Amino acid sequence: MQVAVKILRFDPEKDKKAHFDTYELEADPLDRVLDVMNSIKWYKDGTLTFRRSCAHGVCGSDAMRINGRNRLACKVLVQDVGKKIQLEPMLGFKIIKDLVVDMEPFFDKYKSIKPYLINYDEPPTGERPQSLEEHELFDETTKCILCGACSGSCPPYWSNSEFIGPAAIVNAHRFIFDSRDQGADERLSVLSEGEGVWRCRTVFNCTDACPRDIPVTKVIEQIKRVMLYNRK
Amino acid sequence: MYHKFDAIVIGAGGAGLSAAIKLVGKGNVAVISKLYPSRSHTGAAQGGICAALGNNEEDHWEWHMFDTVKGGDYLTDQDAAEVLAKEAIDAIYELEHMGLPFNRTPDGKIDQRRFGGHTRNYGEGPVRRSCYSADRTGHMILQTLYQQGIKNNVTFFNEFHLMDVLINNGRCVGVTAIDIKTGELHTFHSKATILATGGYGRCWKVTSNAHACTGDGMTSAYRAGIPLMDMEMYQFHPTGLYRIGILLSEAARGEGGILRNSEGERFCERYAPTLKDLAPRDMVSRFIIQEIREGRGAGPDKDYVYLHVDHLGKEVIDAKLPDITDFARTYLKVEPYTQGVPIQPTAHYAMGGVPTNVNGEVIVDEKGTVMPGLYAAGEVACVSVHGANRLGTNSLVDLVVFGRRAGMQAAEYIKTADFESLPDKHETGSKDLINWVNAGTGQSRTENAANIRKELQTEMQQNVQVVRDEKGMSHAMSKIAELKERYQKVKIQDVSSKFNTERLETLELGSLLELAEATTKGALERKESRGAHYREDMLNRDDVNFLAHTLAYRSDDGGVSRLAYKPVVITRFQPKERKY
Repeated sequence: MQVAVKILRFDPEKDKKAHFDTYELEADPLDRVLDVMNSIKWYKDGTLTFRRSCAHGVCGSDAMRINGRNRLACKVLVQDVGKKIQLEPMLGFKIIKDLVVDMEPFFDKYKSIKPYLINYDEPPTGERPQSLEEHELFDETTKCILCGACSGSCPPYWSNSEFIGPAAIVNAHRFIFDSRDQGADERLSVLSEGEGVWRCRTVFNCTDACPRDIPVTKVIEQIKRVMLYNRK
Repeated sequence: MYHKFDAIVIGAGGAGLSAAIKLVGKGNVAVISKLYPSRSHTGAAQGGICAALGNNEEDHWEWHMFDTVKGGDYLTDQDAAEVLAKEAIDAIYELEHMGLPFNRTPDGKIDQRRFGGHTRNYGEGPVRRSCYSADRTGHMILQTLYQQGIKNNVTFFNEFHLMDVLINNGRCVGVTAIDIKTGELHTFHSKATILATGGYGRCWKVTSNAHACTGDGMTSAYRAGIPLMDMEMYQFHPTGLYRIGILLSEAARGEGGILRNSEGERFCERYAPTLKDLAPRDMVSRFIIQEIREGRGAGPDKDYVYLHVDHLGKEVIDAKLPDITDFARTYLKVEPYTQGVPIQPTAHYAMGGVPTNVNGEVIVDEKGTVMPGLYAAGEVACVSVHGANRLGTNSLVDLVVFGRRAGMQAAEYIKTADFESLPDKHETGSKDLINWVNAGTGQSRTENAANIRKELQTEMQQNVQVVRDEKGMSHAMSKIAELKERYQKVKIQDVSSKFNTERLETLELGSLLELAEATTKGALERKESRGAHYREDMLNRDDVNFLAHTLAYRSDDGGVSRLAYKPVVITRFQPKERKY
């Protein structure tokens, strides 16, 4: 089928402003949007620039706005979006070039919640025990691939560059609810600060955007409850 | 720009991060990666990481070592297999202590499941040796190791594309790399350099590998005069999603999934009566190809078979195999709860690569002569711990065991070693190459890179895949030669400096062409079938002439100049016929 792909372009060495370019080409309904982008880059316009790697939704490189929604370009099929496809970089991130955005502030916020196991006891010779129920508690939030789709879909994140954002909160949750971790207080104090979890307005865009089906809003809610009622 | 570090690690996947963590506090260290670390291909690994913990049933490292040796069709260096099997146990516990969220048994221990080629008591039957985290074990390992990198304040140079490995006075002294964001060439001067740059699946049309897996590190070492070992040993994972190649983990079969042909027959039973669908990967891939050749392939083109997990029930599928179920639904619109999933062999893993000893030190000849200051670990390396075929779950453990070892070895080295100076004009080679690519806007440059790449991938898919023969491989050699000539005229549109991914893809294509050639040449000259290297014109394994590793040396103009052979280290297990 014929598709028309409208892409927001920006070359930092040439352009003063971002502008749209449109490409028309043949595509198979089962092609990924990423496959279409590659076709454009390889056979029509070599300057089209975007991040990509695994091409099957696990590395998180190709998060972008596809017909207005944050998605991974390698998980969306042409038949899901139809003949008119609009591609733009995620909002809330500074554009470097075309669909490539500056991920540094995003990763800085991730790092600020101490995203590593904190345990001050001497580990046993074997594994630390953990029950099936304990494992369940934080299993969902271990799925995060740091693609940025959630934070990039969040209106408070767009309007406030200091807001820590959904992804950082999800990754804090992963440790706070891990029975082997002892650093809950340290992380909760980061999250309870001015630009922490209380900037969330329960918009739900994050839950819609997450390619790993993490119930992000619910996770943020759980963190809020821990802070308010000291209960998990 | 110039940087000086005691040690540098190229690649931020499982092996690179494992090495870097061991270097923390031992000197000035930097990790250089073409991707943000969490994007590394380790994150795509699904099934599990194995060790003889014996949490579900009796297990011993000696059994694991044997399985690894036999799994590698006796090309495995047994000293390496022993290290892997012994140190795997501690590696798992270390990962768990770092926070890895393993699935658990009802009594709170790390749960283990069956996997292809892993047996109890030297081949009696399948054993539960694979530790796992749902079907996203690689993702969890990558995240956990990256998190340790953050905890220890490791210095990262993210989105830097490796250009050249620098050698001076017989020592490795560092690398050059392009800062992708600015286009600027940087020199990293170091005492120790650890390559952990992964594989090169993008040489084939149907592959499980990411677009980024173009073997840049392997090629840089090769161009610097290091031979590449066992390149013909390339694994095709049996269960890739039809046409697309996305991996459907062996874990599906570990949980009880089975393969059926167009007649609904569980055909693996016929070929491997004991292990059936859990026979090693090279064998299962051959079973599938055989079924297709004999007309029992499914679909309109009769060119795939089915992976069935529907009989396992929704609960098991949702708990143990959520990701691969999602792949089937998303990309093929197939429902695994009720339908078989179309699959075919997919280019997956390089058993071969940069040769090292068991300490991760890169060696340069069949005698094991070490190149001081250069190390390699992970898929880029060839210790050889996987021999002619890798068992599932042995790669993730290889990353940690040998990544750690390379890091520790480098840490020792930098204690006493001095900096060797950089060679004269050390940036010239890289700059010349970049300028040559940039000149691709010229009139005489007429070849489209994507076309060259597509033809390479099609050729390798056809002639250097699961089943090979002299005619096909010779054809591939000429085709590659033709493509290399056309590559000299490759054109380019994007002339910018900043974030020029067209330039990078063009450079990566150069790497793919060289590695494809080394692979095909090694395959042509190995006059036997062994493990993943299977030739219809030479079906038997020849332990008299070919119980040895192929070393391919590069000539100055980029071809394979000569091959040498390095004997296999045999300690406990004498080579026997490989039956399951």
